[in-house]
Amino acid sequence: MYRSLFPRDLFAELDRLQRDLSGVFEYSPAIRGLGRGGYPALNVGTTPTGVEVFAFAPGIDPASIEVNLDRGVLTIAGERKAATPAASDEKTTLHLNERFAGRFRRVVSMPDDIDPASVQANYRDGVLRVRAERKAAAQPRRIEVQ
Amino acid sequence: MNDITRTAEAPARTEPALLPPVDVIEDSSGITLYADMPGVPREKLGLRVEGDQLTLEGEIELATAEGLQSTHAELTLPRYRRAFTLSKELDPSKVSAELSHGVLRVRIPKMEHAQPRRIEISVG
Repeated sequence: MYRSLFPRDLFAELDRLQRDLSGVFEYSPAIRGLGRGGYPALNVGTTPTGVEVFAFAPGIDPASIEVNLDRGVLTIAGERKAATPAASDEKTTLHLNERFAGRFRRVVSMPDDIDPASVQANYRDGVLRVRAERKAAAQPRRIEVQ
Repeated sequence: MNDITRTAEAPARTEPALLPPVDVIEDSSGITLYADMPGVPREKLGLRVEGDQLTLEGEIELATAEGLQSTHAELTLPRYRRAFTLSKELDPSKVSAELSHGVLRVRIPKMEHAQPRRIEISVG
């Protein structure tokens, strides 16, 4: 389900509300599944000077995560190997298998005033944090009264 | 990490928490459990065995910028908690655990007497 990640966009919010409501009455999810509950889970926040995206992607080699920003679209992609043994191994029993395994890809549309050169990403305790600053022209500033 | 019995400044148990997804794999000598707990540093992780209950607990600690306003959140609670009941043949005194990149790996070996062994048949 499409969700606007930034609150400024009123029409996107209305659109989302309408989709949510129609979803209650006739269940037909988007072909790529629900936006929620995917891997990695995403939290997005804004500050006066920038945007922060947190991707909860545990158990990944930081070097193998691909973070790309292309025309205002941030893509986080990679692969997580399964911890579970191969099915052919008869000596082990798999009792619970809830953790995600395989390739993943999540996309976030960033606000227009982001400076692409300012984007930074770091990975700690299984959380990828991507920070982007707004362009200098879009920074809030106090105007001196002459 | 041997401090299994340590109680990490445990929050009240009634506080709502996320249920971390787990994989549980059993082999002939014990059980291995993997739990996804992204955002939990080692100091905020609690692993307890009380009687036959194994409890995993962790507080999420994120480095956020000042004045951050959340606009979209799929992770909405700051902690994880999940409990499992151990069976009799598992040895709670030998539980070992490690935390790496937000994945907790717990190894619970079986009691000596529950280890599989091959019984020799003597031909008389």
